[in-house]
Amino acid sequence: MPSLKDLRNRITSVKSTRKITSAMKMVAASKLRRAQEQAHAAQPYAQRMQGMLSRLAANYVVTPAAPRLLVGSGKDQTHLLIVLTSDRGLAGGFNSYVVREARRQIAALLAEGKTVKVLTVGRKARDLLRRDHRERIIDSLEGIGRKKLSFTDATVIAKAALDKFDAGEVDVVTVIYNRFKSVMAQIPTQLQLVPFQLPKAKPVAADPHAHHGHHEHVVPPAVYEFEPSEEEILAELLPRNLAIQLYSALLDSAAGEQAARMTAMDNATRNAGDAINRYTLAYNRARQAAITKELIEIVSGAEAL
Amino acid sequence: MVTAPRKFEFELVSPEQLVFSEPVDMAVVPGADGDFGVLAGHSPLISTLRPGVLQIWQGDVVEQSLFVAGGFAEVNEERCTVLADEAIPVSSIDPTLVTAEIEELEAELPGEVDPVAKKLIETRLNIARAKLWAAKVPTTH
Repeated sequence: MPSLKDLRNRITSVKSTRKITSAMKMVAASKLRRAQEQAHAAQPYAQRMQGMLSRLAANYVVTPAAPRLLVGSGKDQTHLLIVLTSDRGLAGGFNSYVVREARRQIAALLAEGKTVKVLTVGRKARDLLRRDHRERIIDSLEGIGRKKLSFTDATVIAKAALDKFDAGEVDVVTVIYNRFKSVMAQIPTQLQLVPFQLPKAKPVAADPHAHHGHHEHVVPPAVYEFEPSEEEILAELLPRNLAIQLYSALLDSAAGEQAARMTAMDNATRNAGDAINRYTLAYNRARQAAITKELIEIVSGAEAL
Repeated sequence: MVTAPRKFEFELVSPEQLVFSEPVDMAVVPGADGDFGVLAGHSPLISTLRPGVLQIWQGDVVEQSLFVAGGFAEVNEERCTVLADEAIPVSSIDPTLVTAEIEELEAELPGEVDPVAKKLIETRLNIARAKLWAAKVPTTH
């Protein structure tokens, strides 16, 4: 039976914990709103680029001069996994789900006899993966988007991956991140960046409305003029597309982090409330018991006289 | 031959946001191989951009001049889409800041031995020079 003082201390401490978690929840909620706005604002570019690529693909015939980003290095031996997590914890299962997915993928690739390299983004990925895959981590980035995520952050990561690919150090590049499905659900997702899968050109005549995405209008395949050549445009467009896809992934991950933290802190605040109720009840009982005991002592003392 | 003025959909998108989306009379786009003007009914074209000024014309006046650092332009039957790496109004460029940047980069360039880093500095220098040029040459009209 804890003493009255113990209980009182515990109630005070849980109350201050609740203050912190509820403040964190509110901070996360406002950051989430901003992150969602940013993700929303970045959508048009990604959509237009997808549209442009798919229209290019509609007429494109792979030639020996085709960019390697498109056709690959001809091998499938070394895989680079880019794992996106947050720098900070206290976000429920947000980081551990991504890391679990990464571990699973690493194990699967190793079982196939592939070589695996890992590039971690965010302190949590590094901390969690370093325990069993230390020698596979080739680089770790931190503080990405600490203030506000910018497109430059994405280009930095994209460049790191592209350099490795161009140098022939890796053959396949995949990013593993939390896709923001809703505030309640973030789905660990894998997305292959290199070699790039051109969106399949679907027959336009069949069903124009089922063509591509919602906002992108259906444009009949036109014979485009290219300035400079098609190859040169692809050679610029593909790295740019890679950066854009990474940027979308980073934005999703940033929004997901705040959503996960908000949910986690909401739960923590509620649990703290429950704990306070329980402790207050126990405290009141203990106090009542003490009073009763004292009364009995007085009464029996008086009777003894 | 005088035809009725016809507008076309013009979109300017940067990675961070949709900058501009309206029907316009003409757009002058800084293509990699030279500026090209886009009017309604332009033949389908995909081009890369060089750092330069993009003009949006409404009627006989330049409604907006924007500096783009590079990117892509696509013209098709429906619209003209410009995917710009960076798009800022020419009026908001501060020549002193850009000059300082150019000087800094020029000082850095000879000392750089790594060819990749050198190329990067050269690219940034090109963008900064184009930016300065855009700020100094006032757009007529």
